Amino acid sequence: MENVIEIKNLKKAFGEKDVLKDVSMVLPRGKNIAILGESGTGKSVLAKCIVRLIEADSGEICVLGKDILGVENEELDEMRKKVGYLFQGGALYDSMTVKENLEFPIRRTQESKNKKEVAEMVEEALESVGLKDAINKMPAELSGGMKKRIGLARTLILKPEIILYDEPTTGLDPVTSGEISELILRVQEKYNTSSIIITHDIKCARITSSEKLKLMMGGKFYVEGTFKELSESDDKKVSSYFT
Amino acid sequence: MNMMLSKITGSLNTFFIEVGNILLFTVNVVKQLFSGPFEHKELIKQGYQIGNKTLPLIAITGFIMGLVLSLQSRPVLVDFGAQSLLPGMIAVSIIREIGPVITALLCAGKISSGIGAELGAMKVTEQLDAMEVSGTKPLNFVVASRVLATTLLVPILVFFADAVGLLGSFVAVNMHESMSVRLFMSQAFNSLSFSDVIPATIKSVFFGFFIGLIGAYKGYHTDKGTESVGISANSAVVTASLVIFIIDLIAVQVSDIIYGF
Repeated sequence: MENVIEIKNLKKAFGEKDVLKDVSMVLPRGKNIAILGESGTGKSVLAKCIVRLIEADSGEICVLGKDILGVENEELDEMRKKVGYLFQGGALYDSMTVKENLEFPIRRTQESKNKKEVAEMVEEALESVGLKDAINKMPAELSGGMKKRIGLARTLILKPEIILYDEPTTGLDPVTSGEISELILRVQEKYNTSSIIITHDIKCARITSSEKLKLMMGGKFYVEGTFKELSESDDKKVSSYFT
Repeated sequence: MNMMLSKITGSLNTFFIEVGNILLFTVNVVKQLFSGPFEHKELIKQGYQIGNKTLPLIAITGFIMGLVLSLQSRPVLVDFGAQSLLPGMIAVSIIREIGPVITALLCAGKISSGIGAELGAMKVTEQLDAMEVSGTKPLNFVVASRVLATTLLVPILVFFADAVGLLGSFVAVNMHESMSVRLFMSQAFNSLSFSDVIPATIKSVFFGFFIGLIGAYKGYHTDKGTESVGISANSAVVTASLVIFIIDLIAVQVSDIIYGF
């Protein structure tokens, strides 16, 4: 099976602190991988290194067959259009309505699209996240869960091949958190995306990627396996996450 | 002694790194100004907000500036029997120096801090990162449009401040003697030449460019946390004000060489 992301020996330090210590992983096409771990173990740094929001110190990151660390700015922008990124708080542009938020990436990256095509794309993306009625609302009028759904719709609008979810359920109540996790799964099935889900929510990890979980500790992957394998592990460090 | 030396070296190091980063940022922003896509709607929106935010403040300040300057200068001129020179002297002072510098300082306080805080908040809430990862070039959309707006708007605001300043001066003159608008304007403009207006306009363009650029730089490089947004806004005002004085100093020297003031 083709790997859409391949990471080898990735290292990143902030000053004296080594955040990522020799991290390696692959993400096969069409699969979801959840990365679990405590806060501050380097999960979000890893995701940000993949899209070069943070520059890695050493190692290799191949995204869709291209070495992302070696590409120039123009090529990097092209690559980034194929990799969606859902931020913790949704990161909606607060001076724009929901509609403008969704139109923005198309307007800026696909100038040839006419108004009708853009409107159809916006409608389809909002329908995918079940929030067609919120089209004219401002981000300040939305709840935390709605912001994440709209953030996901904005990510989906460019039809990415890969989606990186950074703590998609943080700060949400259990019901909304479950709905977002189900939505991630539905999106993967509908758009055939490959995803990395950074989370410390066990329920989210179980729903979105029960076949492949990785546990990160101290800047390294400590163990990986299916949800069942990890939840039944005898290792106290691992089992403590599942109790 | 060694500790003091290392502190000075450290501060100098930080200063030069900051200057280097600002220069690099300037080059990137200038590149974006000439590369697409051009966001005319965003430019108009920013231009409107800048004008809307600062116009009343500049009107009040400009008027008081002209009024006070005239009231303070008049007794000295009266002593020499040269009060008829007052409109011309005020016009030269306002147009050459006081109008551009006061307007630029007000804009640094109002616009540069506003841009610093706005972009800082966008940085903290990951909105700039979201633009970056979707390949939508935030430097082009967010920064270049604001820098272009301030570059175009500040010279216009300076002209407005100059006009209101002259109006203030006219009111001050009429507090002591009766002078028609026509005579006042005639005396004021007879003392002016292109060598007064052109350098002032050129330096206003530079003031505008750096007011936008420094606000954007500080906001764009905000650290995590809401406290950092305030620090960025504050730092934008201080740095922009300092840069305004440096540009003014350079402009005076260059004008001196060219026009021999």
